[in-house]
Amino acid sequence: MGKITRRKILQTGLAAGAFLAATRCAAPKGTPNNPAPGPEVNTNQIKDVTLRFIGTGVSQVNEIRDKAEADLGFKLDMRALSTEENNQIAISQPGQYDIFDGEYFSLPLVIPSGNLQPIDITRIKDFDKIVPFFTSGKFNGMPVESSQGTAPYKVMYLTGPDSTEFSATPTDWATLIPFQYNADTLGYRPDLVGRKIETWAELFNPEFKGKTSILDIPQIGIMDAAMVAEAAGLMTFGDKGNMTKAEIDQITDILKDQKKAGQFRAFWKTFDESVNLMASGEVVLQSMWSPAVTAVKSKGIGCVYAPFKEGYRGWGGGVGLSKKLEGIALDAAYDYMNWMLDGWVGAFLGRQGYYSAAPENAKKFMSPEEWDFWYEGKSAAVDMIDPFGATLEKAGSVRDGGSFKERFGNIVVWNSTMNENVYLVQKWQEFIAS
Amino acid sequence: MNWKSLQPYLLVTPQTLIFLVFLVFPILLIGVVSFWGFNGYAMVPGFTWDNYIGVFTSEVALKIYLNTFRYVGLVWVCSLAIAFPVAYFLAFHIDSLRWKVILFLVCTIPFWTSNIIRNIAWVPLLGKEGLVNQILQSLHLTQQPLEFLLYSDFAVVLGLVYLYTFFMIAPIFNSLMRIDRNLITAARDMGASGFQVLKEVILPLAAPGIAIGSIFVTTLVMGEFVTVRLMGGGQSASIGKLISTQIGSLQYPLAAANAVILLAVTLVMVAAILQVVDIRQEL
Repeated sequence: MGKITRRKILQTGLAAGAFLAATRCAAPKGTPNNPAPGPEVNTNQIKDVTLRFIGTGVSQVNEIRDKAEADLGFKLDMRALSTEENNQIAISQPGQYDIFDGEYFSLPLVIPSGNLQPIDITRIKDFDKIVPFFTSGKFNGMPVESSQGTAPYKVMYLTGPDSTEFSATPTDWATLIPFQYNADTLGYRPDLVGRKIETWAELFNPEFKGKTSILDIPQIGIMDAAMVAEAAGLMTFGDKGNMTKAEIDQITDILKDQKKAGQFRAFWKTFDESVNLMASGEVVLQSMWSPAVTAVKSKGIGCVYAPFKEGYRGWGGGVGLSKKLEGIALDAAYDYMNWMLDGWVGAFLGRQGYYSAAPENAKKFMSPEEWDFWYEGKSAAVDMIDPFGATLEKAGSVRDGGSFKERFGNIVVWNSTMNENVYLVQKWQEFIAS
Repeated sequence: MNWKSLQPYLLVTPQTLIFLVFLVFPILLIGVVSFWGFNGYAMVPGFTWDNYIGVFTSEVALKIYLNTFRYVGLVWVCSLAIAFPVAYFLAFHIDSLRWKVILFLVCTIPFWTSNIIRNIAWVPLLGKEGLVNQILQSLHLTQQPLEFLLYSDFAVVLGLVYLYTFFMIAPIFNSLMRIDRNLITAARDMGASGFQVLKEVILPLAAPGIAIGSIFVTTLVMGEFVTVRLMGGGQSASIGKLISTQIGSLQYPLAAANAVILLAVTLVMVAAILQVVDIRQEL
């Protein structure tokens, strides 16, 4: 969520100007091989193709677009929207886009509209290299395998080439090819908190009265609140990703009590607000997104993205195909998806603290030191520089939450579309107005 | 019909068309959508009173409307209390027209930057580690930082008054400037005290300006959501904010129903103001 703002950060970096040189220097030598070179006759035609993207995500980065255009030979047209607009257009105006870049949890809303065509995974060269919690629901037997909510695996496959029904088991027809994802948790100011925060329950700890914040987006805010309430032993849920009306009532009552007791300093809705709250010290412990923690740190202020014993709230996004896409443009779209998994993009995102859908491909484009730091959870052997030339981490530091496996293996709930969404929004309003 | 009699109609045509296409038509559409149903992610054309019934039977909606009225009332009182003396000072105590203009322009300073920037700038001033708290603590007036200064109803009202007082100053200043100075002189000659002049001459003649300013402040505050969210730290509710959250959750018909009700309520308030003061006498 809030990817528009993530994009803004990237654009700010872009405005700084130093990105191009930095990217070229940091990238290992050699060009990524275009995985699906078309036959000679097609190359001229494919030059005329323009793929229109809608999305909110990191795919809408000018460097990625430029690199894709250079490698693939056709044009990409990116349109940045809010999460809601993105879903709305995906659902109601299939002629407006060729490629939908959206989140897995929006699929229960988007797929029934029939406006996405199933992706033929036999045409995705590196599909088997995609992280298994997307493709098979398995991940080393870790907690993520039994996670609640709209786990990407549950909405990954369709029953057939013309189907709008999710398949519980793998088929040859996929909804989205994963692209960006992360494991979210709470962030805190170690200098102002003064100790290690190890559980979600601390958000309701009276010790931090008037110094905490939660995000004011009903569908995600309620999920963070549920993690806190469950960790604090205040209530239990059948499925945090699909709460019953009674559970929604109970959790909003808990939230109202906390608000009345003055536990919260503020609620935030946008990325920038969360950064300001944390950087100014108004708040010392709050819901946060990974790049916001990076933004606070870049101001020279210590901020920890806390790994908790209860686990993380995960989210994932990917790219899907409009049902209107056909012929040469459809071939181009498959070329793009193959290129996306090939590694250059993964490495580019990896240097900003995101993860690649096919890590072993991204590894080819990262230095061993970068790989060890971002994926293996080892201490940085050298300073970690992002694609725009900014130093994200000094040599010797360790990534919060440790390795890729430790973080994603411990996702216990995913961003979700609940059956009681309308009721949830109404109750959330009650909480805000209370 | 001859050309002469057609002329005025032709002259108003462009304006009328713009109003119809960009104001009346969208409002009608909102009205139509407010009767539609929705299934969680998409609108379903149809006709249902559910959205309105939902709003009118909801305790939250009522509470939020009352809270919005409270903001309107507080902001109106505060901005009038600030605007009238300022306008009075500009109109009667500054002699040179040039200085009147310069000082009037000073009042527009809040509008030199964007709304968002202005709101963010309150944090270093009113925050826990902000300027005000630092001064209070260094003067030993308070031991703990005052938290109510930011992210509270106080902050919301402060932010709104700061933003909208100018909309009160301008029309009052305009009214005061139109007062024939001979009337004041005459009142003085008849033996009226300063207060009597203010009460019997200036206030009645300034009433249209106050009414216009009140209309501005009322309508602006009724629809406010950015300031309420930023200054209230997301913890305060207003109708505008309710509508924006509903739009964010793809519940357009509910948002449209709230928008229609908000429009109706605001129009009633404007009508009430116009009942009290006939602003046309001054236009």
